[in-house]
Amino acid sequence: MFSKDRWKEILEVLSSNMLRTVATAFGVGWGIFILIILLAAGKGLENGIRQDFNGVATNTMFMWTETTTLPYQGLPEGREFNFKLGDVDLIRRNVPGLRIISPRNRLRPTEGDNVIRGTETGKYRVYGDYPEIIQQNPFYVAHGRFFNYNDIDEKRKVVVIGDGIRQDLYEKDEEVLGTNLRISGVNFMVVGTYKEKTSNGGGENSEREIFVPFTTFSQAFNRADNVGWMAITAADGGSISELSEAIIQTVKQSRKVHPDDKRAIGFFDLYAQYNRVESLFGALKFIAFFVGVLVLISGIIGVSNIMLIVIKERTKEIGIRRALGENPWSIKQQILMESIFLTIISGMVGIIFGALSIFGINSLLDVVGPVDMFLNPSVSLGVVLVALLILVVSGLLAGFIPANSAIKVRPIEALRTE
Amino acid sequence: MIKIENLHKSYKMGSNSLHVLKGINFSVEEGELVAIMGSSGSGKSTLLNILGMLDGLDEGSYTLDGVPIKDLNETKAANYRNKFLGFVFQSFNLINYKNAMENVALPLYYQKVGRKERQEKALKYLEQVGLKEWATHLPSELSGGQKQRVAIARAMAAEPKVLLADEPTGALDSTTSYEVMDLIQKINDLGNTILVVTHEPDIANMCKRIVHLKDGVIVEDKKVKQVRASEYV
Repeated sequence: MFSKDRWKEILEVLSSNMLRTVATAFGVGWGIFILIILLAAGKGLENGIRQDFNGVATNTMFMWTETTTLPYQGLPEGREFNFKLGDVDLIRRNVPGLRIISPRNRLRPTEGDNVIRGTETGKYRVYGDYPEIIQQNPFYVAHGRFFNYNDIDEKRKVVVIGDGIRQDLYEKDEEVLGTNLRISGVNFMVVGTYKEKTSNGGGENSEREIFVPFTTFSQAFNRADNVGWMAITAADGGSISELSEAIIQTVKQSRKVHPDDKRAIGFFDLYAQYNRVESLFGALKFIAFFVGVLVLISGIIGVSNIMLIVIKERTKEIGIRRALGENPWSIKQQILMESIFLTIISGMVGIIFGALSIFGINSLLDVVGPVDMFLNPSVSLGVVLVALLILVVSGLLAGFIPANSAIKVRPIEALRTE
Repeated sequence: MIKIENLHKSYKMGSNSLHVLKGINFSVEEGELVAIMGSSGSGKSTLLNILGMLDGLDEGSYTLDGVPIKDLNETKAANYRNKFLGFVFQSFNLINYKNAMENVALPLYYQKVGRKERQEKALKYLEQVGLKEWATHLPSELSGGQKQRVAIARAMAAEPKVLLADEPTGALDSTTSYEVMDLIQKINDLGNTILVVTHEPDIANMCKRIVHLKDGVIVEDKKVKQVRASEYV
């Protein structure tokens, strides 16, 4: 099957009409090229969007209080209320399958700067949090440490600040740890800085937030046991979307909110959003394959057509060869191999050009800097292997009809055509 | 070598059928040089095609070198053709993108003979037909007579039991025809069995036996005194 003569013959036949061979090959190469480019573009979009989720605990919902819209248990509608710290334990007891429940507070935005360090000032968001918050946000500790339960229990006045704040308020090589910041009139000691895991940032507020132990925050800023909002993450393997209803009903009961009051408690289900994006990726991949394969099919039909014409032209030759005793299977094999060879070679060229284009786009992206929602378009080796498999199969299909029609002609009829 | 009994063959043409061969009885011994003559439509080409297993028979029996030829599928027929028969055609039927040597080596390739041995044999047979120096030439670079000699070398290369020549001189001028016939006679002298279909009496007379076909039956089957083609060359 891999004899030198067979390959010599394949090359002879395909090179005998070079222009036609190249034109045919172009169809298949183009199809594969489109397939590769589409898949790479989809992957680029996926990478870009995924990066925005990078490090975020996606199986998370956020829940905050609004005003009630229904009277309940003697309480009027239009009532403002707060979650209490006790609700956290209540939720933990009533709703199993939760990994992290983070009660959170935040300083109300002020008119002017709220943070002072010596002569430098700045306006930053300030949060009261439990240590688990770092598992829910895409942060890592760059310097020093995050606060821990000792800080919580002893209500230590310590803060973790973003690296952006360090850049704003400190000299370049100045030691940050152990310095004091005055936040809304209260002094805190910096014990650590954090950075974001994603690198496409550089936005106005990125790495410019301040985290204070929850208990310290409550005491320093007079929040009693009020909770501004909660970030709740489900345990791995579970889905927060399925638990959100139970959580909300639990807090409604404890806050004396009418069970049917739809607007008293606001929430945002990050997991549902994330899943929607995930299914979008799936759809993108499907569309890329669908369109790519359709384009490829038209190329394959081209190959099949050309093979039919080649067979027609070679009817007599095939007749001669059969008269000389070549068996039909050998002829069929020859034609199939020509067809597969043509599709694979042209497909390879398509893959190479596709890869080069991707390479070009990547180096262009490197030069112009990151683009929103598009990152590192690429195709995996698996996709290339699948493409090759498609090529072999399609080469077989393209050659199948012509090969059959070639051996259907009886040698005597083939020889008669003068 | 060849034995045919009560051979019938008809072709369907729409609703009519054309009875081409109407009971042929015919045998050929080893080493014979037989001319099959007849006007066009006499059935001589059909007979040759059946002998060459390019076409099947309707009725009767055909035995080649003691092997009954029947129930052939294409693979089997190809195998028998390769083993038993060599073909020489009126229009040479060389493969035009292969050079003379490759053309001659083709039947050996189908016998799965190794590449080197194939080339040696091909060269040997090209030498026999006097075209060794032309081995690397393409058919388009050869004259008609040379092409036919290459075709004969090709037919001989597989060392077949029987050589079937269908109007081997039909496309050649008389001088070249005689050269080709001279070659065929020489091959016959070596003991090969050869059947030549022709409608030219002078060519037929260069054989040892003439079988005359008319309207699908043999009307005459006689041994003749062979005229040596070399006398004319």
